[in-house]
Amino acid sequence: MAKYLVLIYGDEQQWDARTPDEQETNHAGHRAFAAAAGVRVVGGEQLEASSTATTLRRGPDGGVTVTDGPFLETKEVLGGFYLLQAADLDEAIDLAGRLPELTTSHGAVEVWPVVDLSTSMS
Amino acid sequence: MSGLSDDVVVALAEAHRREWASVLTATVRLTRDLDLAEECTQDAFAQALTTWSEAGIPDRPGAWLTTVARNRARDLLRREAVLRRKLPQLVMDDVLPVPDDDRDPAPAVADDRLRLIFTCCHPALSREAQVALTLRLLCGLSTGEVARVFLVQESTMAARITRAKRKIATARIPYRVPSADELPVRLDAVLDVLHLVFTTGHTAPLGPALVRDDLVDSALRLGRLLHDLLPQESEATALLALMLLTGARRGSRVSDSGGLVLLADQDRGRWDRGQITEGVGLLVGALGRRPPGRYAVQAALAAVHAEAPSWEATDWGEVVALYDVLRTLWPSPVVELNRAVALGMRDGPAAGLAALDPLLDEPRLATYPYLSAARADFLRRLGRPDDATAAFEEALQLTDNEVERAFLRGRIDEVQASRRDEGAAGSL
Repeated sequence: MAKYLVLIYGDEQQWDARTPDEQETNHAGHRAFAAAAGVRVVGGEQLEASSTATTLRRGPDGGVTVTDGPFLETKEVLGGFYLLQAADLDEAIDLAGRLPELTTSHGAVEVWPVVDLSTSMS
Repeated sequence: MSGLSDDVVVALAEAHRREWASVLTATVRLTRDLDLAEECTQDAFAQALTTWSEAGIPDRPGAWLTTVARNRARDLLRREAVLRRKLPQLVMDDVLPVPDDDRDPAPAVADDRLRLIFTCCHPALSREAQVALTLRLLCGLSTGEVARVFLVQESTMAARITRAKRKIATARIPYRVPSADELPVRLDAVLDVLHLVFTTGHTAPLGPALVRDDLVDSALRLGRLLHDLLPQESEATALLALMLLTGARRGSRVSDSGGLVLLADQDRGRWDRGQITEGVGLLVGALGRRPPGRYAVQAALAAVHAEAPSWEATDWGEVVALYDVLRTLWPSPVVELNRAVALGMRDGPAAGLAALDPLLDEPRLATYPYLSAARADFLRRLGRPDDATAAFEEALQLTDNEVERAFLRGRIDEVQASRRDEGAAGSL
């Protein structure tokens, strides 16, 4: 078994423009996803708007600089994530492929393998 | 130690062609690591060169190589046990027992090669990585040879292959034949990779030779393997038929002096009739089973040419009709280009030229030499030598294959010569 971080991206303006019905359809999609994935969902959350995000980075003087907004200012933003447990990439792709964001034209989902500390640390 | 005999060199080359993938997959069963299995397989072939020269060629070279590779793997695994425990292992379904002795693992091997093909052509890998891994792991090409296929530095290719193998292990791309519902989509990627290997060999994108036999042979061998292991998949059968029918023209595409010979001018007596018969037989079987796919239609096109007594006597109506089917299955500007050429043969050069016109704005053909060459040929036949020359020169600028360049320069000379002749005749 391995863990995969599933990142959900999309066009924030289009997400904001959704009607209550469309939002409910999306929520229902996530409930269906959770039901299908069962115990393989380790965790997951929806994120607030990118305008509420804050970036920290090392400044020129060696201190930490705090700035408004996400690290990358792009049209496609991170909207939520899941941490999944799966036997292999095919199973992770099969699960992530059921996410309701993929029924919209602007949605995209990334699947990242998580470092397995039980074998990687000496 | 006796010197290297030709027999040993020939036997080893033959074993490399036939047995590389089997030896590798039998070793993967033990190592659960593609890199290590590859290293041990390479060692076994190196060992064979010495041992076979001294002790003679074994009766079953494949079994000998497998034993040596697996012994080497056992040694390395023992020695590096602590280190290896920390590396991610290839995700493998343990449906088959891992043979721990030196019994011939043959029954499992065929399936394992199929597993390896699907792992190498997994959609989570880039197309370039898929082709590179297939050539390296299944065809046994060296990293340097794979680099030459892609026209990149060997170090670049080595890094690309290492990255792809690391992704297989780390992201846990499974070593598995996809389930029945996934198979059609996943098989498409495998077929596309094989076709790409074949076409790269059939007309090398760069360099002194038009045809790279090693790539054509590798693609044919994998095509046969896929057809044998998945006989019910008609597109796999159709791709093998396409490669046989196209490859049958190999001996006639380059003249004795090394020049390019167009399909129109090829000596059809030099086509490989045995290969054509086999290809047509396979195609008939593939077409009988279900609505034809892209490769079945392409194979049917190749069959029409293979069975035509001459270029002029080709059934151009049938060719255009097949392109009409193909453009719905596989919309692509290259298909449109070939259809326009066939249309020109059926209805005359003016019709062909008109059919090419809309393609001039196609960005994907902007650097494609065959569009300019096709236009040039129609212009030549319409008696417009200056326009034809300009189009041939455009094509010349777009191709880096020396055989094709020599052909285009020859055409320009011909057109210029015919213009001078006409000029002279006109002034009389």
